[in-house]
Amino acid sequence: MKKRYLLIVLLILSVISLFIGVSDISPSDLLNLQSEEVQILYVSRVPRLISIIIAGMSMSVAGLIMMQLTRNRFVSPTTAGTMDSARFGILVSLMVFTSASPLQKMLVAFAFALLGTFIFMKILDQVKFKDTIFIPLVGLMFGNIVNSLSTFFAYKNNLIQNMSSWLQGDFSLIIQGRYELLFLSIPLLILAYFFANRFTIAGMGEEFAKNLGLNYRQVVNIGLAIVAMVSAVVVLTVGMIPFLGLVIPNIVTIYRGDHLKNNLPHTAMLGAIFVLACDILSRVIIYPYEIAIGLTVGVVGSAIFVYLLVRRKAYGL
Amino acid sequence: MGYKTKISVLTGLSAILILVFLFTDISGNWSYILSRRITKLAAIILTGAAIAFSTVVFQTITNNRILTPSILGLDSLYMLIQTFLIFAFGSMKLTMLNQNMNFLLSVGLMIAFAGLLYKLLFKGEQQNIYFLLLIGLVIGTLFESLSTFMQVLLDPNEFMVVQDRMFASFNNVNDELLIISSIGLAAITLYALKFLKYLDVLSLGRDQAVNLGVNYDYVIKRLLIIIAVMVSVSTALVGPITFLGLLVANVAHEFMRTYRHHYLILGAVLISFVALIGGQLLVERVFTFSTTLSVIVNFVGGVYFIYLLLKESKKW
Repeated sequence: MKKRYLLIVLLILSVISLFIGVSDISPSDLLNLQSEEVQILYVSRVPRLISIIIAGMSMSVAGLIMMQLTRNRFVSPTTAGTMDSARFGILVSLMVFTSASPLQKMLVAFAFALLGTFIFMKILDQVKFKDTIFIPLVGLMFGNIVNSLSTFFAYKNNLIQNMSSWLQGDFSLIIQGRYELLFLSIPLLILAYFFANRFTIAGMGEEFAKNLGLNYRQVVNIGLAIVAMVSAVVVLTVGMIPFLGLVIPNIVTIYRGDHLKNNLPHTAMLGAIFVLACDILSRVIIYPYEIAIGLTVGVVGSAIFVYLLVRRKAYGL
Repeated sequence: MGYKTKISVLTGLSAILILVFLFTDISGNWSYILSRRITKLAAIILTGAAIAFSTVVFQTITNNRILTPSILGLDSLYMLIQTFLIFAFGSMKLTMLNQNMNFLLSVGLMIAFAGLLYKLLFKGEQQNIYFLLLIGLVIGTLFESLSTFMQVLLDPNEFMVVQDRMFASFNNVNDELLIISSIGLAAITLYALKFLKYLDVLSLGRDQAVNLGVNYDYVIKRLLIIIAVMVSVSTALVGPITFLGLLVANVAHEFMRTYRHHYLILGAVLISFVALIGGQLLVERVFTFSTTLSVIVNFVGGVYFIYLLLKESKKW
């Protein structure tokens, strides 16, 4: 997997994505600046493409960071309760501030996601049995519990169907003016790149990292904050995309080993390609309608995840 | 307190709650109200016992107190079946469709799914039970994605029907189904009694159990099948109560403080009666049906569970 090939695939898919859709747009329309087609491109297709790329990249990188910090291949925002806590946060912000602005919702969701992830890390410290399979099991259970708390409040306020409809991963609602929050992820990704080597050292364990002169707590906290922020932003704008942060980092590490800094660009690009491909698929399958991305990625992602689990010995995971 | 005293205390408490549940607040037609309440009580006792029993056994098999059989993915499968039926046929048709059919279909599919999952586990060298559970959970998440997809597309009125199915409820249990399930559960319990004596040894772990002469794989397989049947029947009868088992099994461990399964299971079953009947009384007489029992149980169970996880103790 060379970076250059990934980039080419990404570009090709991006172009395809721009020109697929119910209203026909041909590249020649671009020359005519005032046409309706250009408007559609500008208001809907381009925002959609950008949000897909950012969401794909940031969720995969968040997964890679989680994996490194917990020293477990199968821990990601989906399997550590981070996504569920962010969801709970959004619900709480809706109940407490009835007319919350997106930024307020984002902050509350971020606070909850961070809290949830810290609780998960605390639980991880308590667990004596650090089996690779057992830890994600605990995380998923924890996520289920957070969900049951959300359900408790959603049921009281008659919000259950509502909640499932906004929080299902879906790019079809993304138009200009509704996705800009996602840009917050970009500085976070850059920050992750600068901290990459420190995350790698932190992943070698607390004692070892401290021995090497690393401020272990601080690095772990920064990593978790990045993960929580990215999850909050993505859940709020796009919705839940299950297993994305789990499958992509694993595929990349199978091919490229554990060097976090070298893997980051690959993970980011492969994540974007994966989501883009799934999105194109979900737009063509029942054309002119479309399937929500949460479902497509859920189906494809869980199939890949089960495959990785079954074959984990062969890959030395 | 000795174990026997603790058991008697719990028995007394459940008996009092049952009496309160049956005989207080009666006005008007005695025989009608009483017969309705007895049906409700029977459903509570049936599912409460099945869930408590299966969770305690499950935790013993997995040697772990934070797991429940619901993570096998059966709850999510049940929701998927119900959502699909309503999505495909509409709620009107579904109410006309024989309730027994729906029940049998759900139970059949859930047991078939569990069987398939077990087959996958016991086929190869994969003996790690956590592996099975993780696969179950992942498939469960997949089922949830599918159900969410359909739920979002449903008309809000139809969705209300799905939402009713999402939360276990004892309020409109069908008499016929109650009889079918009690026969099924009684049969499987009789079968389960044969394996009860192994449980104390199984809790020592695989190596010890094999050393002491238990045919480990054989017994585990049978117990897992028993658990799947119990969970499927009780879920199809009243709906999913995910964290009830977790709550009662852990309270039973804390209260009984023993590893002898005779006492443990009995304690868990009684605690489950207390929780469900007490909860039902709360829902009916205090909240006047503004919330459902399973939402409360999941909430309390979830909070208690996070507390247990964070408590400074390395029991898991």
